[in-house]
Formats: sequence, C-alpha cells, structure tokens
Amino acid sequence: MRQVAVVAFAQTRHSADDEGLSEPEMILPVLDEVRERTGLRRFGFTCSGSCDYLAGAPFSFVSALDALGAWPPISESHVEMDAAWALYEAWVRLQHGDVDSALVYGFGKSSQGDLREIMTLQLDPYYLAPLGLDQVSFAALQAHAAGADRAALDGIVWRSRRDGRANPYALDLPDPEGEEPEVGPLRPYDIAPITDGAAAVVLAAGDLAWELCERPAWISGIAHRIEPHYLGMRDLARSASAADAARAAGVGKGHVDVAELHAQFSHEEIILREALELPDGTAVNPSGGPLAANPVMATGLIRIGEAARRILDGTAGRTVAHAASGPCLQHNLVTVMEGQS
Amino acid sequence: MTPDVRNTQAEHTLEFPGGYTRSTGPVIGRFLTELRDGRLVGVRTAAGRTLVPPLEYDPETGDAVTGEFVEVGPAGTVESWAWVSSPHAGHPLDRPFAWALIRLDGADTALVHAVDAGDAKAMRPGMRVRPRWRAERAGHVTDIESFVPDVTMIISKVRTEYRVKPGLSLARFLEGVAEGVLVGCRCGSCGKVYVPYRLSCPECGVAVTEEVTLPDTGTVTTFAINNLPDPRAPEVPFVSAYILLDGADIPLIALVGGVPAHEVRQGMRVRAVWVPEEERTPSMSNIKWFAPTGEPDVEL
Ligand SMILES: [Zn+2]
Repeated sequence: MRQVAVVAFAQTRHSADDEGLSEPEMILPVLDEVRERTGLRRFGFTCSGSCDYLAGAPFSFVSALDALGAWPPISESHVEMDAAWALYEAWVRLQHGDVDSALVYGFGKSSQGDLREIMTLQLDPYYLAPLGLDQVSFAALQAHAAGADRAALDGIVWRSRRDGRANPYALDLPDPEGEEPEVGPLRPYDIAPITDGAAAVVLAAGDLAWELCERPAWISGIAHRIEPHYLGMRDLARSASAADAARAAGVGKGHVDVAELHAQFSHEEIILREALELPDGTAVNPSGGPLAANPVMATGLIRIGEAARRILDGTAGRTVAHAASGPCLQHNLVTVMEGQS
Repeated sequence: MTPDVRNTQAEHTLEFPGGYTRSTGPVIGRFLTELRDGRLVGVRTAAGRTLVPPLEYDPETGDAVTGEFVEVGPAGTVESWAWVSSPHAGHPLDRPFAWALIRLDGADTALVHAVDAGDAKAMRPGMRVRPRWRAERAGHVTDIESFVPDVTMIISKVRTEYRVKPGLSLARFLEGVAEGVLVGCRCGSCGKVYVPYRLSCPECGVAVTEEVTLPDTGTVTTFAINNLPDPRAPEVPFVSAYILLDGADIPLIALVGGVPAHEVRQGMRVRAVWVPEEERTPSMSNIKWFAPTGEPDVEL
C-alpha cells in the first residue's frame, strides 16, 4: 500500500444564507488557499464531490471547473456524493503509483432549495420517495428506534454549538432552548443547520508529502461500507456499516485523540460513537461538527480536513474522520490518520 | 440609479413534467400489481426469509431472491415510529400522523408507511395496524393511504331520561331553601342534628319528628380544589367543601366562593351567599356559594 497523506486543508467561512456567490466563486478562495499552502498549481489528479439537486441544474459541477484552471486538460473526476468519497477516489488513484498529488474539493449551497424535499429525491423511488418521507422524518424514525435519551441529545447539541462558536468557519448558533419537536422525537436544534460552503484538501504520496509539509497527516486506514437502502430491512438503532468500515480502517488499533463524525442529527453521534467504539477520552467533533455547520457535500470532507488539521498542527497524534451518505447513515466512510515524526 | 444586481434573485423550478417513467421489474412490479388488487405480498429469499416490501436481492447476502411470493398482512405490528406534528405538502396525510416501521404479519422485514393515529399518545411499540386502502388504486405504494390502528376499544353512548321527585324530606328542605332558610332535624333518641332535613335517624333507625332551622353560617371542615369545569360551578378552579353549619352534627357539601381557591382552608368561617329574593326557587342553586365571613378560623 502506498503511503498517502493529507498535506493541506482549507474551508470557507460557512454561511447560513445565500451570500450571492456562484459556486465557482465560493470554491476559488479555498482552492487558492491550498494551492498557496502547498505551492502546487497542477495536481496529478483532481476529484470533486457535489450534488446537482442542490442547485437544481444538471451537470452543475462542470461550471465549478472554472475555478480550477483546467487547460491544458487535467485528469479530473467527480462523485455525486459528499467530497469525502472524492477523497477516497483520489486515494485509490494515488495507489496506482503514477501520480503523487491530488486535489479534492466539495461544495454545496443548500440554502437554494428545500433540503428536506431534495433529500426525499435520493430515496427509493418505488417505496419511499412516493410517500414524501423527508430527511427529518427518516432521521426521526432512526432516533426513535435508537431510543435516544433527551438529556444526552441536548448535551450533544450544546457541546456542538459551543464548539462551533469557537470555530471561525462554523456558524454562530445560540444555545438551544424551548423548541417543540419538529418530527418527534427530534427537535429543530437536533437537526444540522442549512449551510452554504466549500472545502478543499490536497493529498500527496510518499516523499512528496514530506516536501509539501512538515507533519503530514498519513492515512493509515480508509474504508467504506454500505447497508441496504430500505429502512425497514435494517436495524436502525445501530450502524453495522459504520462499525464494519471502522474495523476495516483500523480505528481500534490505537488511541484516538480526535474523532470528527458526520452526524447531521444529534442521535447519529450516539450511534456512531458506539459503531466506531470510540473511547471516552476521544474529543468528538471539537470543530462543532455538522450541528454547527453543514455545507452538504463538503461536510464529510471537512471532517477529514478537521481531523487532519490537528495532526498537521501537531495538537493530535492519531485522529479519525467519518463521512456518511444515504438515509439514516446508510453508507459510511472511515479514515484514520496519524502523524509521524 | 443602478439597481443592486447582487440582490437579484430568480425563482427556479426543477420538474419532470408528467413525472419520471420507471420500469418496476418483476419483483417490485409484482408487489405493486398485488397492491392494486388490495393484497400485500412479500418475496422469499433463499434463506427462507420473507422481504416486505420485496427487493430484488437479499439484503443479508446480496444474492437474488427466489421467485416465490407469499401473501402477508394485511395487519402488522408497529416496531418504531416518528411523530409528524406539522405535515408538509408532500406527506401522505394533511393532519398530524406517524411514520412507522411496520412488520406485516408473515414478514421478516418492516415496511415504512404512515399511521393515521390521531394523536402521538396513541402510538406505542407493538401497536397493531392495518392498511386503509384508497378506493381508486393504481399500483403505487400510496394505494395504501395510510395504516390505521386496530380496533381495540369502542365508545358506547348511554343516555336515558328520568322524571324524579324529591321525596317528602327533601321537598321540606327545598321549601325552606326557597324561603332562604336551612331546615334540619334533631333525633329524639341520640340528639344529633341533621341537615338537610330527614325523616329518620340513620344511626338510631327511628323516625325523627323535631324540625330545626339552622343558621346559614358554618365552618369548612375539608375541601377539594377542582380543575375540571362543571356546569354547576361558576369558574375553574372552583372549591367544593364540607361545611358544618353552626348547630349541626354533620356537614353539608357546597361550593366555596368569593375567595381565591388556594386561600380556602380547614376551619375557615363561611356564610351562604343567597341569590336575590325575587330569583329564588326551591333549589340549592338559591345558594350561589359559601363565602368567608372574615371571622377568625375555628379549631377543628
Ligand atoms: Zn339518632
């Protein structure tokens, strides 16, 4: 296995409202930031993650290439998923051995439409989408199946919002209070906020990683697993695929200083902690996590970036990043990163 | 002046006019066809499990399912649910409802659908439900409008009318009330004074003959604060109390008013508040309530 590391990470100062930037305009500053930090203008491979349904326009990711400088032609790809999976594709591409660097980015402006309606479109078109089952509703089904304790959920929201307020890139959200259930048992504050934003990561292999940064965040394990899409065919109280991915990525092979979890609903953090078997000493979502900023299609990549950043800046030795896709944590990607001196 | 173009906003709609055509294939197509006929079927996996709704593959193994379809339900058991208090436009019901995971009888997996239960409090694990079919079915998962709870209770209405007379003793008492006096009696055997007026002593079992007139003042011996409305009470909360009229040996039950409910106490001195003379009838409604007299409390 070729050694690959995260060597640079940048994200936008995320926004709760449409600030009037087009998608390429939103992406350009984060691309500039990672290009400046690494000194690279060209990359062996480029891969992005986004969702056309957020903009409501086909091939909307193509216009985002305007921010790249794709001439002469570059080797480029796209996933219609969170950019964490673009990073996985880039990692696989780097395993081929013929290129040493990759640029990964993701972006989403979920303020432009009704995210709940849009997420309904991702569901099974025969059995689930026609019912109008929306994102909050299916998450609430999972929260109830998991028997999530109200006090525990409130604690997660309070901690996430407090950490988010200390993170200049996350939203400035007040401590929650006195909200009626949105779809019981979930309350409005249990749901990640509507957020616009983008993020970029640079991966480098072997010696190039050491050349580009002092303390690369080496990917010691990365794996993703998926479960049946139909909600009634799974045990919603648990995430078997997150547990499988965590085992395959080797989460349990060492201590975990920081875990960044793609929990878009407070109860998902409880399910994921259990699936990843995180010890009590692990700091979970010190960035505030998705409950403090959720730029859809970049949120999972930001988890990898935030977990890598703590190795890059020397404050952590071993970190875990998790990204999720599909209804009720259907598909989970787990990345373990380590610093080497 | 140039308009601020950065604040320009356009409405944009994504739509597939007429809908998106999808082929169902033999597995999902079979389920939807049966659904149109008002039947629910599952498909067997090689391991013998019954998937409802049917998928083309066994979610455990990824292998293709068998071609064997079995009828399931129509009743099922709710395994888990989420309560929607404010339905959205795309939801199956326009009133509060539950999303539920329902394991139909004979199935090994749960179907996701809506349950029209009226109130979140009606939902519980193990609840039995069955489908409410649409009259016009098209072979669509919404041919089931929603599931509804099994019948576990009915309301039987009871109402019948009577003509009642007060009897001799109560008639005598109400006659007094009509004139603004409270009529009681004293037992010749034990000496106890009863109010309302009665013809025999319940303790001695002898007829009583001595009629006494009691004052309309007394003492609260015990009371209850009622928070449910009652047509006989002026407002909520109201206080009903045992009032021991001065000179009586057993208390009378009546309303206490003219005082906040939480200030009523045992030992409080009260006096009847009568309706104006011209409004009086032979009825206890002649006494609006008993109100505090302001005298010091009595040691009971
Ligand atoms: Zn007697």
